[in-house]
Amino acid sequence: MMHDTATHSDSKVTYFWVWGALLFLTAVEVVLGYRQVFQPVRMLEVLIILSIIKSALIIGYFMHLKFEKALMRWMLMASVVACFIIMYFFFFPDAGRVHDLGVKWTGQ
Amino acid sequence: MADATLQHDTVQHGVPGAYEAPLFGAYSKKVGMWLFLASDSLTFGALLFAFSYNRLYTIPWPTPFHAESIANATIMTACLLSSSLTMVMAVFAAQRGDRAWTRNWLLATMVFGTAFIVLHGMEWSKLIGEGLTIPGFPKPPSAATGELADISKNVPQFPATFFGLTAMHMLHVTIGVIYLGVVAFRKWFLPILGVLWIAGYLLIPADNVFHYGIHALLLGLIVGAVILYLKPKDYDAHDVEVSGLYWHFVDLVWMFIFPLVYLMSTKIQ
Repeated sequence: MMHDTATHSDSKVTYFWVWGALLFLTAVEVVLGYRQVFQPVRMLEVLIILSIIKSALIIGYFMHLKFEKALMRWMLMASVVACFIIMYFFFFPDAGRVHDLGVKWTGQ
Repeated sequence: MADATLQHDTVQHGVPGAYEAPLFGAYSKKVGMWLFLASDSLTFGALLFAFSYNRLYTIPWPTPFHAESIANATIMTACLLSSSLTMVMAVFAAQRGDRAWTRNWLLATMVFGTAFIVLHGMEWSKLIGEGLTIPGFPKPPSAATGELADISKNVPQFPATFFGLTAMHMLHVTIGVIYLGVVAFRKWFLPILGVLWIAGYLLIPADNVFHYGIHALLLGLIVGAVILYLKPKDYDAHDVEVSGLYWHFVDLVWMFIFPLVYLMSTKIQ
């Protein structure tokens, strides 16, 4: 059946919960970032994981991709994620090389 | 009715493709917007990867964002997240056929988006005034001796990546506000945009980068006028939903920029 507009039976309350979850995750990020809980590389990993969770909530609920056909979900996500994985292998081995050489982070 | 059903079936099977169900189960405008957003996400992905590369590669990396900047950026994030919620409400109202509330929710989304742009502009102006600059752009006299002037001199990749990434995002938010304005108010939005452009140009000092950046509104005015006069139409629930996809994408990108750019460069007190 064609899914013309987002006319599924999800209630507005769900969107308020998603909005609250996004604000809460943002607050967690601010606390982690401002208190510098982790070293930069670990901090980057943690913040990226939190950002991916937030983006999944936005894409799935606010952008309604969760309610689209499976073919559309997989085509869009697989192509974009594949490109990001390629970008990762282009950029990060070299950035990590400097870190692995033992150059110390001074924190300033 | 039986004839109509028979005829419909005949057309469906006799003329391949004429009434074929869409491959992705969605109308073409929505698929088109998703494809655009997929390509745009790669643009932002490349910029974010470049920023992260520089962040890890450059030792020491500047940390100019103290409590005031982080509080400002957190409020900006809350504005964008709240604008996404009001956008969802606008889509619901459009699907109900409630034109008044569709317009109201779109206006609320535009207000949050404008608040984001203004707060971001103030943050930019403050950083530029303190010396965080890139060559070739206007700056006030205080920038030469500001506390961040050394960063611009010794680690030029920081202001270059910071302004490049956030400017690209700010441009997207501005386009989004204009897009929603056109969908909500159609031709009535054009004179409002014109007044904002002229007022901004006259009121923003010449040594501020937004004295020139405000011309983005003029470009939006021209593009909006061309679209509205060449193809005038009454925007329906599909148009509101598609504009919502663009707006949520702008929100989504900020969910990566905020932690990577601001939180990874906080100043330890």
